[in-house]
Amino acid sequence: MRLINRKPSRPFAVFLMLLPFALVFVAYAIGSDIRLSANPQDKLLPAPSRVWDTIVRLVSEGDRRTGRILFWHDTWASLKRLGLGITISAFIGLIVGLLIGLLPLVRSFLAQFVAVLSMIPPLALLPILFIVFGLGELSKVVLIVVGTLPFLIRDLSQRVIELPDEMLVKAQTLGASSWVIAIRVALPQIMPRLIQSVRLSLGPAWLFLIAAEAIASDLGLGYRIFLVRRYLAMDVIFTYVIWITILAFLIDWLLRAASRKFYPWAQEGL
Amino acid sequence: MSFVTVTDVFQTYGARPIIERVNITVDEGEFISIVGASGCGKSTFLRLLLAQETPTRGSVSIAGAPPATEPGLDRGVVFQKYSVFPHMTLRDNIVAGESFRRGWGRFFGAEAKAARDRADVTLSRCGLDHVADQYPATLSGGMQQRLAIGQALAARPRVLLLDEPFGALDPGTRLSMHDFLTELRAETGMTVFMVTHDLHEAFKLGDRVLVFDKPRWDPHDPNAYGATITYDFDARDGGIPFQSLKENTNVLQAN
Repeated sequence: MRLINRKPSRPFAVFLMLLPFALVFVAYAIGSDIRLSANPQDKLLPAPSRVWDTIVRLVSEGDRRTGRILFWHDTWASLKRLGLGITISAFIGLIVGLLIGLLPLVRSFLAQFVAVLSMIPPLALLPILFIVFGLGELSKVVLIVVGTLPFLIRDLSQRVIELPDEMLVKAQTLGASSWVIAIRVALPQIMPRLIQSVRLSLGPAWLFLIAAEAIASDLGLGYRIFLVRRYLAMDVIFTYVIWITILAFLIDWLLRAASRKFYPWAQEGL
Repeated sequence: MSFVTVTDVFQTYGARPIIERVNITVDEGEFISIVGASGCGKSTFLRLLLAQETPTRGSVSIAGAPPATEPGLDRGVVFQKYSVFPHMTLRDNIVAGESFRRGWGRFFGAEAKAARDRADVTLSRCGLDHVADQYPATLSGGMQQRLAIGQALAARPRVLLLDEPFGALDPGTRLSMHDFLTELRAETGMTVFMVTHDLHEAFKLGDRVLVFDKPRWDPHDPNAYGATITYDFDARDGGIPFQSLKENTNVLQAN
């Protein structure tokens, strides 16, 4: 039987799915064991049991000075920035994308401009953002918006342009105005695409968030990681990295579920 | 009085003429089939009728109105595909035929309910009432085309334009679509233009069959001349017109 025709059975597929996770864990445990047996004080690869103790401590014990559980405060601060940035970005991206996609006048006016803007590396703008918007929440949210908006606009406008001409002509023969075509034909059809684009932008959004937090902040997941780096607290860093990964995965999964639930007609494997 | 008047229409894409010198008048209620080889301007002619394109020269006028510059309510259309809205249920697709002309593109309150009831009547006419709450992607090609025709008719256009509407359907479905279209036509008395590749279909359904072809052909430059209407057949009575007695003979007939 050819290799391309070999399909795993359901239990075997689950086993294959879990295998890389287990392999990484085992490789880490072995590496950690080797280093710790040479030097029990080694900080680079703390034992899995120690990481687990740190996780339990971080999520349950309060700060010695303020009594706040910093882990949850960090999470909340970061999620707020991320959510606000992505929401603003998605909203503006949707409107501008619709305008560019539907109206040739706006397309001539903005499409090339956005294409040029999207070439600016957003992190290079970070100092400007800190100078203009200060070191508070605003500059971090703006960085996420600046970083993800050009991609969203380009992607969504492209989806609108790809709507079949026949469909737009059909809507016109039913007497639809440009406004009605925008809100009843184009908008609902690119909503699932918007969710997909947002899912794709979440990676860059986390990147910009952590970068901004690492440079100037007093709370947040990225801030904490870069803070404890000074003490070589690998166990805390691991905890935060694992937590960020879980959060990102959960958000992605939620968005996909929402897309399936609200847009059942869009079946192309969203 | 002719209903659709096409006067001396030329259409050129860049330097390339597509159709030239097309003149035709059509009476209200006529069914016009349009046939011809690929690339002979059939679909271009339909787009001109639809006002999706404006002719380089000449004019297309429907019901004496000035030539349209964009598609509008007076022209209904069904394409080979993409004619229905994939994000709406079948019922909403039919309702859209009436509601898209409104400011928000939808009805509210009692009006919405009345429109839904009318849509259900239309759907059962099209034989689609059992799937009214499904999305078009779940339907077969023939059902989608029935839906597209029902939706176009819900807007009550003056002229219905069909661009190879049955081109992607299997022969059996095609036959039942012919019956469906013939019935609808008998009911509404609508003027129809249909582009097709199927000569049999063209003569079966049409009152007139227009043939698009290039009357002049330069073997060194096949694109040098455009196409025009080379034949205009009378296709009534199975393509053999003037078989019925026009005058009152006062002779007893068998039936």
